[in-house]
Amino acid sequence: MNMLESNGTRLIVHLPVELDHHYTEEIRKEVDTRIQAEPIQELEFDFSRTVFMDSAGIGMILGRYKIMRALDGQVVLKHMSRQVRRVLTLSGIQKVIPLDKEEEAV
Amino acid sequence: MKNEMTLAFDSISENEGFARVAVAAFVTQLNPTLEEVADIKTAVSEAVTNAIIHGYQGEVHTVVVRVRLSEQMVELWVSDEGTGIADVKQAMEPLYTSRPELERSGMGFMFMEAFMDQVEVQSTPGLGTTVYMKKKIWQGEAEQGA
Repeated sequence: MNMLESNGTRLIVHLPVELDHHYTEEIRKEVDTRIQAEPIQELEFDFSRTVFMDSAGIGMILGRYKIMRALDGQVVLKHMSRQVRRVLTLSGIQKVIPLDKEEEAV
Repeated sequence: MKNEMTLAFDSISENEGFARVAVAAFVTQLNPTLEEVADIKTAVSEAVTNAIIHGYQGEVHTVVVRVRLSEQMVELWVSDEGTGIADVKQAMEPLYTSRPELERSGMGFMFMEAFMDQVEVQSTPGLGTTVYMKKKIWQGEAEQGA
């Protein structure tokens, strides 16, 4: 599966199995290139495959959130596992990006 | 039960995943819950990433992870011989980062403290840093009680 999937103004990022400092470097580069080249209004992070995330993932998402906010766009987080959800919640990121309640603990 | 191991590896980002998986595999001897394993992996990842990014600032040197298991306790030491931290108290403050340009969230120590029972940092500028962490493994007690 390609990491990035765009559909007009929406860019979906299929995140890797492990989202740590090593992987965030590459994602950041690729996503930023696409956001600059295309009129993206909604950036969706798809965590379907992700079983591990640490604070590097939080830093990467918050960084993209700042960029999207400057473009009057939005960031959406989807399909989080239990571990990912715990880390997101602990970071306080839900104060700026809502975490949907529906898909509980995968 | 007593068991101890030491890992020494290059400070490159590929080894962040290696370190947490190796520690997680070693810790399974204590029969931890999945959540306890996830907690330890996150804490190891944070400490090792700090050693690579902040300790060695991108240069390749050696990071050492030592793990000691005893009864229901996991003790971890993550050490580098890098730049060290002049003000440990400031470094441990939530959201503080010395490298905002790298999009560091400033949450690494906060996560280590949230996921482990105890976190202590010993650092000497110019000589390096050791992060000590400890966590009790409940061996299924928490699950039964839940």
